[in-house]
Amino acid sequence: MIEARHLSKTFADRKRGTIHAVQDVSFQVEPGQIYGLLGANGAGKTTTLRLLATLLRPSSGTAVIGGHDVGTAPEAVRRQVGFLAASTALYGRLTAREMIAYFGRLHGLAEPEIAQRTTRLAAELEMDDFLDRRCDSLSTGMKQKTSIARTLIHDPAVMIFDEPTLGLDVMAARAVLRFVRDCRARGKTVIYSTHVMSEVEKVCDRVGIIHGGRLLAEGTLAELAARTGQRDMEEIFVQLVTAEVAA
Amino acid sequence: MNGRNVFAVFAKELKDALRDRRTLFSTLIIPTFVIPLLSFGTLGLGSKMVAKARDQKPVVMIVGGDDAPQVAASLAKLGRFEIVPPRAGHEQLIADKVVGAVLLLPADFAAALRLGEVPRATILHYEGELRSGFAADELERFVREFREQQIAATLEAKGLPLRTVRPFELARRNVAPPEKVGGNLLGGFVPYLIIVLCFTGAMYPAIDVTAGEKERGTMETLLCSPAARVEIVLGKFLLVLTGSLTSMALSLGSMGATAMVTGALMHGGAEATVAGAGAGGGSGYVPMIAPLGLLGVLALVLPVAVLFSALEFTIALFARSTKEAQSYLGPLMLVVLMPAIVGMLPGIDLNTTLAFVPLLNLSLACKEMLSGVWHWPYLAIIFFSTCLYAAGALALAVRMFNREDVIFRT
Ligand SMILES: Nc1ncnc2c1ncn2[C@@H]1O[C@H](COP(=O)(O)OP(=O)(O)O)[C@@H](O)[C@H]1O
Ligand SMILES: [Mg+2]
Repeated sequence: MIEARHLSKTFADRKRGTIHAVQDVSFQVEPGQIYGLLGANGAGKTTTLRLLATLLRPSSGTAVIGGHDVGTAPEAVRRQVGFLAASTALYGRLTAREMIAYFGRLHGLAEPEIAQRTTRLAAELEMDDFLDRRCDSLSTGMKQKTSIARTLIHDPAVMIFDEPTLGLDVMAARAVLRFVRDCRARGKTVIYSTHVMSEVEKVCDRVGIIHGGRLLAEGTLAELAARTGQRDMEEIFVQLVTAEVAA
Repeated sequence: MNGRNVFAVFAKELKDALRDRRTLFSTLIIPTFVIPLLSFGTLGLGSKMVAKARDQKPVVMIVGGDDAPQVAASLAKLGRFEIVPPRAGHEQLIADKVVGAVLLLPADFAAALRLGEVPRATILHYEGELRSGFAADELERFVREFREQQIAATLEAKGLPLRTVRPFELARRNVAPPEKVGGNLLGGFVPYLIIVLCFTGAMYPAIDVTAGEKERGTMETLLCSPAARVEIVLGKFLLVLTGSLTSMALSLGSMGATAMVTGALMHGGAEATVAGAGAGGGSGYVPMIAPLGLLGVLALVLPVAVLFSALEFTIALFARSTKEAQSYLGPLMLVVLMPAIVGMLPGIDLNTTLAFVPLLNLSLACKEMLSGVWHWPYLAIIFFSTCLYAAGALALAVRMFNREDVIFRT
């Protein structure tokens, strides 16, 4: 499970000065649940997820993932997390199989186990045709499947997705969403960021709306609808954000 | 720290590097083939040109001395010169390389000698021009001999022995053993070459595993793995070090092999000539280097390679793109070369202070070791101080890798 406690992150930018990318964000995600982080570009989604994945250290606040604190036990956190983002590319000169095996090794898996899990994942994701092709020769959809297999090789309890459908065509995007729901079905704790309203409606159990680094509101879709008096996700979002800007 | 992770990172980077044509080219092909070819080509061409200039008869001209045709006659008798009839504008002729040197005599040279005056003979040459230099040297030797003959004749006329003006003979002999000569000649060149090769061998791998990885968006993927940052740095650093040492070893090996083959050919040829002539005699010495010295050089180079690898890794890591990394490391190479070049200058010798100056200490120590001189205290200072610098550079690399603003610099 994921527990963010007053997470904040500031960047010192030479041109823009101090940037409060994430400010006092707290939320909880339970196993078997998909938590949607909805926000426009620059809202702070990627920074929040990087804090959870220990790629960045929080300026203040902390997060506890599967019982480990991101600040004090980052390696233990990463051992339980699968992180998939548009910015996590594949090694072009490795084959899909080698790519998956490399991350299996870094997770401390033994070679026979890596081979066995790769075979199973390849079957599940229908990767057998291109498993031994170099990653730089794969199509976007194939790359995405390889990335998914890479995040799953150690069977993580927590999955973090940062706009995983960005730049994918309709079919590939649907496959990714199906896979995200599969993770929930297997009891994983899932956090999913997006700026696409319809995706939230399709997959998320709970939604947090993030804007300017702050979590404006969170709850189930029904709760948010009740709070704003709107039915459509887009209307809910616009109302919350304009209320914040006015305040 | 987990050694398995370090090895996993290293093994993956090695596989990756071996599949990259640019890395292969810069760390394997260039040092093995291009650098020896260039060095030997330049050296060979240089020595060939010198030999050619020496073999050719110097072209000279005598201007003036109208009443002393015996000067030109004895010059011609030697048969060592090609004599050009006097022409106007001789300075221009030298500049145009039509003649190598000109002997300028007063018009009444013989008359002045007879009258007991001291006329002046001048040799004109073009400083820095190889063939002109040879011609002037030869011409001067001839004029000195001619003067000696004059002295001898005068003394004889007065019934005095030659001893009066030449009470003793003077000779000059080289006592440096061949490896000493080689050490001083090659001692300057070898460390220079080693420094260049260590540096360039590390350069492409260093850029590829840092800025290259950022550019291709795989850095973030790697950082999601549970491997500790220090394990990732060490794995990558080992690859860079491998590149540095491999390219140096390949290049030196390839040059050594070429030198041995050509040396054997040349040596065999020289012996055949001597045997054919049926006469012994000094055919000059072949410059040699002390073989143990070469081992010593390699021992000192190891920490230097570590230092370079860590330094280049750190700098390339800081860059946003491979282009930016290249623009940092290219000029750095010139900075790194300076101490090596200073070490080649004659007259600078190892002392306690200089033993602490990185790179300069290496080139000075190389000069000594290759000529068979072992100053153990200096060598110890050099080895351990360079190890210390290398460790510092590696620590810096780890620190850089832990900095978010470096890893996520966009
Ligand atoms: N490494 C960084 N250095 C400086 N500013 C950054 C950095 N990463 C993100 N930011 C800034 O923080 C804010 C939030 O960015 P981000 O988390 O990427 O938003 P999102 O993923 O929702 O689009 C933006 O203003 C962005 O420019
Ligand atoms: Mg983002």
